[in-house]
Amino acid sequence: MSNGEVTFIIERFDPEKDTAPYPQEYKVILEPGQTLLNCLNNIKWTQDQTLAYRYSCGSAICGSCAMRINGKAVLACKTQVSDCVKDGVIRLAPIGNTKVVRDLVVDLEPFWNALKRVRPYLTPDSQDAPEKEREQTAEEFSKIDPSTTCIMCGACYSDCNVLEVDNQFLGPVALAKAHRFIFDSRDGGGHQRLTEISETNGIWDCTHCGECTTRCPTETKPLSRIEEIKVKAMAEGHHGNAGARHVLGFRETVGRRGLLDENYLPLRTVGFFNIPGLLSIMPVGLRMMWRGKNPPMIPHYVDKVGEVNNIFARFEEFRK
Amino acid sequence: MKWTAQSGERGSYILDLECGGAGQYSERGVMYSHDVVIVGSGLAGLRAAQELAGNLDVAIITKVYPSRSHSGAAQGGVAAALANMDGDSIEAHIYDTVKGSDFLGDQDAIEIMCNDAPRTIYEMEHLGCPFSRTDENKIAQRAFGGHSFLRACFSADRTGHALLHTLFEQTYKMGGKLQVYSEWYMTRLIVEDGVCKGVVAMDIATGRMEVFSAKVVLFASGGYGRSFEITSNAYANTGDGAIATYRAGLPLQDMEFVQFHPTGLYQHGILLSEAARGEGGYLLNGNGERFMDKYAPGKMELAPRDIVSRSEQTEINEGRGAGPDKDYVLLDLRHLGEAKILERLPQIYHLAKDFLGVDAVTDPVPTQPTAHYSMGGIPTDNDCQVILDETGAKVEGFFAAGECSCVSVHGANRLGTNSLLEALVFGRRAGKKILEAASTAKSSSIDEKREIAAVRAGIDKIVNTSAKEELHPIRKELKNVMTYKAGVYRSGSELAEAHKKVTELQERFKHVRVDDKRENFNTNMLEAIELGHMLEYSELIVAGAEAREESRGAHARTDFPTRDDEKWLNHTMAFRKGDGGYELKYRPVVITRFEPEERKY
Repeated sequence: MSNGEVTFIIERFDPEKDTAPYPQEYKVILEPGQTLLNCLNNIKWTQDQTLAYRYSCGSAICGSCAMRINGKAVLACKTQVSDCVKDGVIRLAPIGNTKVVRDLVVDLEPFWNALKRVRPYLTPDSQDAPEKEREQTAEEFSKIDPSTTCIMCGACYSDCNVLEVDNQFLGPVALAKAHRFIFDSRDGGGHQRLTEISETNGIWDCTHCGECTTRCPTETKPLSRIEEIKVKAMAEGHHGNAGARHVLGFRETVGRRGLLDENYLPLRTVGFFNIPGLLSIMPVGLRMMWRGKNPPMIPHYVDKVGEVNNIFARFEEFRK
Repeated sequence: MKWTAQSGERGSYILDLECGGAGQYSERGVMYSHDVVIVGSGLAGLRAAQELAGNLDVAIITKVYPSRSHSGAAQGGVAAALANMDGDSIEAHIYDTVKGSDFLGDQDAIEIMCNDAPRTIYEMEHLGCPFSRTDENKIAQRAFGGHSFLRACFSADRTGHALLHTLFEQTYKMGGKLQVYSEWYMTRLIVEDGVCKGVVAMDIATGRMEVFSAKVVLFASGGYGRSFEITSNAYANTGDGAIATYRAGLPLQDMEFVQFHPTGLYQHGILLSEAARGEGGYLLNGNGERFMDKYAPGKMELAPRDIVSRSEQTEINEGRGAGPDKDYVLLDLRHLGEAKILERLPQIYHLAKDFLGVDAVTDPVPTQPTAHYSMGGIPTDNDCQVILDETGAKVEGFFAAGECSCVSVHGANRLGTNSLLEALVFGRRAGKKILEAASTAKSSSIDEKREIAAVRAGIDKIVNTSAKEELHPIRKELKNVMTYKAGVYRSGSELAEAHKKVTELQERFKHVRVDDKRENFNTNMLEAIELGHMLEYSELIVAGAEAREESRGAHARTDFPTRDDEKWLNHTMAFRKGDGGYELKYRPVVITRFEPEERKY
């Protein structure tokens, strides 16, 4: 624990009067065990009452106080400041992938709206009057235990690299929420959910960078949940979408040649009979050819393709 | 399924574009009009909304977003005599609750709650609440303080979170049938001649103030535990609903009864669930002794919270506390083993680790009593309709449910796990009764300009002045005096001291300074408004406690150490007088089956 003076550099912005965000410095004498929220309150209550940020429970369950510290999203109330000081400085900014309302407060409407797209409520098999609880095994409960710990703080949403380039991506929070129902033994809508979530903007748009899981302050760990959905979707035959075709194409070319066939894969992903789809990727292909970056037209093989296939075979055995 | 997100107005989300009813424009500006306006989005408010959405035009006003309501912070469980583990009965649940309340709970209301408990749990299970399970695949139940059977249904140690998110999920299912005004702050309740007409609320994002007219208003706005230094309550729990009610000329009941939870994380006050003791955790003093055998040999650590908190405080006061300042006791989970701690008490494990750096698997966790639950609040009948005076007359079109209300099922001391139950049971009852009430009620006219001017005047007084008093020291001094002079133990002289201090702080508050002059997301101004609430209800806590010359449940007077049923088997009612002062009156407790007897554990 490092005591002593720490400089907080906080990104301030009031869209109603400022043209751009600007940094403001505050000095705080750090006491042992202080959380980021303690320090912010200290600043607001003794130095600058105009600083705006959200907070409520102060005990890491309500999810109000997500913000970026030194560029990474955290929950302010459960973050020990002494763990984050670099050369006596702490930098604070609002969470990413959102519009700033004021200082560290951001507009969360798109965040809540994304949830709608996964129908975030139980769709039970039957509508029987609840005269008793439905049975669920401890093992079945354990499957939804991690995803039900989500507190909707938005730390993962903030640092999601896909959302940064595509705001139509469902994002880690909505996908984790979807997981909670897809894996709930009491939900009857699993098949439909998997079909929908396999489409564009769903599970297959995730690039596995893992930022969501690294930032997650709970046991939700969205990337692991997304992976679980993918495995289930493939296992249950949801192959009629670009993401699944990409996976299958990958497996096929590596199995055939021991190497990726980069000419085959995009065609397989889009679908060989999907004329509009094929036309849509044609300009990219032509540009690559023009620049001499297209993969060799005659695909290569590794020397011992059989051994690659042995790996696949052993994996299949392992999975069984 | 809609793949394109449709956003409503900022700060409110309309869940489906086909919805109607919201925001009818009047000549003077936006006058919001709904059949029912619910203030608060915790379990009680959301459960009531579920009963009403689709039948009436219903809106929720909440100062946070629904999933951030403080119901979500409840950890250990929700009570119901399901008898999944043992031979529990509804009868036993009723008796335990009456005894736990130190006979101040209204027994007819307690019967309603306990009778409806199993149905409530099954209903939440069917809505998708994830409950921890037994080996027979039923809902698992654990021990809890003051309950004589394994009665607490739970989802690890995140039960409130699981229930809250289940109901939050249902708001998405309701689609356009429910409008939620998130981050809107209710600032005024409009009641004229015993008839409730609506509320005034402010859009926090813009500072815009609007009148919401409604046939029925339901307050489900939570408790008032924030005025204590050591508290498990959220920063949001500033008694806004209670004070709006009080300022509208209606009484508040039993405000002196504030529950102190025995295991608040040392210095932070953060809740460490009673489930820790329900699963077998011990309490140790500085000498390493399980001191509860002196105070409640029959129940040990699972005596009701008032008794355990007092026992801890006695150990600390008599010099047997732990730590360098001997000012805490220890919660020892080590003998439970790592696997059980991580499976059943993961949140507690992480809280101790993240906030104190203590690993509960290898070390005992420093804890102290923490202000936790408000037994007092807005008095209602058993259908949640708010009571106008000590005769029991009712306010037309005004209801309250959950922690902000005082039915009273908790009396002088709430049993753990009964609060989530109360919020669900009475939230639903309120919804059902409101459905009835709203069908006959008419919308009444509101002098919109006058109502908004009244709120504006109050705000201008604190924002547009050159006043000098700083906000934070006033709040800090208030919290300090409430914890140390009106806390676990109280005495006439300490309470008098606290009273004097609170009045002095109220005076200083008149000259409080708000630096932030902006309209948008001005949390400085909100804090000032909230502090005004805290100062006003804190006086009622202290005044009720000064007057009540006995010890009952959570109210423990060192100068009157015994319960006095002859004089004090009644509910306190505090009325606001025209000059801003208060007046205390009393009304009888409802006793149906259990005559008061000595409360021993």
